[in-house]
Amino acid sequence: MTIAHDRLPARETRADRDTPLEYSLEEGALRIFGFWLFLATDLVLFACLFATYVILRDNTAGGPTEMQLFDVPTFTAETLILLTSSFTGGLGTYAMHQGSKRGLIAWMIVTVLLGLSFIGLEVREFAAYATHGAPLQRSAFLSAFFTLVGTHGCHVSLGILWMLSILYQLARRGVTAITARKVFIVGLYWHFLDIVWVFIFSVVYLNGVMG
Amino acid sequence: MSQHPDRPSDHASSHAADRASSHASNPPSGSPWMYIAGFVISIALTLGALWLALARQFSTEALLTVILILAILQIGVQMFFFMHVTESPRPQFNLWILGLGMFFTFVVIASSIWIMSFGGALGY
Repeated sequence: MTIAHDRLPARETRADRDTPLEYSLEEGALRIFGFWLFLATDLVLFACLFATYVILRDNTAGGPTEMQLFDVPTFTAETLILLTSSFTGGLGTYAMHQGSKRGLIAWMIVTVLLGLSFIGLEVREFAAYATHGAPLQRSAFLSAFFTLVGTHGCHVSLGILWMLSILYQLARRGVTAITARKVFIVGLYWHFLDIVWVFIFSVVYLNGVMG
Repeated sequence: MSQHPDRPSDHASSHAADRASSHASNPPSGSPWMYIAGFVISIALTLGALWLALARQFSTEALLTVILILAILQIGVQMFFFMHVTESPRPQFNLWILGLGMFFTFVVIASSIWIMSFGGALGY
């Protein structure tokens, strides 16, 4: 359906030349708004998980505490990698607005690689906890921790797969009003995950090592 | 469109090229410096929060407040510099829905903490 759709003559309802390409079709603008709706609801999902974590963080049931578990260099590296990937994703959108397909693809590949290194670090962190007496089922604190941070990690993993599929479409079809809208939306998703991580960094990790 | 009345109806790549040339003078998403500025500010906010947490110059409550303010500033940086919230077509319903999501987030977290604060020393 989407392939056939691509070849339809575009209904250019927002023909203003200052309109970014991703907003050039009425449908593109609607889908971008729809994605903002999704982000608002996803925010509520994270709100519930943050509330659970904040309430249960002291219930360690005699097990390891935040102070004992969290490693400053690891979570700082994760944070810097994710912030950098948000920046490179933004540069991809910028390259797209300049009409540079090669620039867009290159920055998206960099973003995917940074996302993969973030996930790699997180998996290593989780594995280290689980094998050193701090698995998910050890305490309410750890259940809440793994659920909150793991849900974010699942979002990032999904974002990586999503970006790979858009890279494939860009390679096949180039920068069209439709692929531009897809790039813009996955960019919104990626920056949103960066915002959620900043709160995980502040509320979970920094708050944890502060004591 | 009015400058090109006989242009074939939007062939995608020529469309992109057209836009690229028209944006050379006045790009809608700013210059790369916008992105670089956003990146530098976001890194500075993060390292600032980290330094404050590790240096422990203030009481825990004051420190937590400052760190949360830095995180909220970080939302502003991502939204403005990277997510282009100000560029969407008007009226900007996306900002309303985003505000609603943030309001729900605040209510869920703050009221959960408030309700559970009555548990006192009870384990749960």
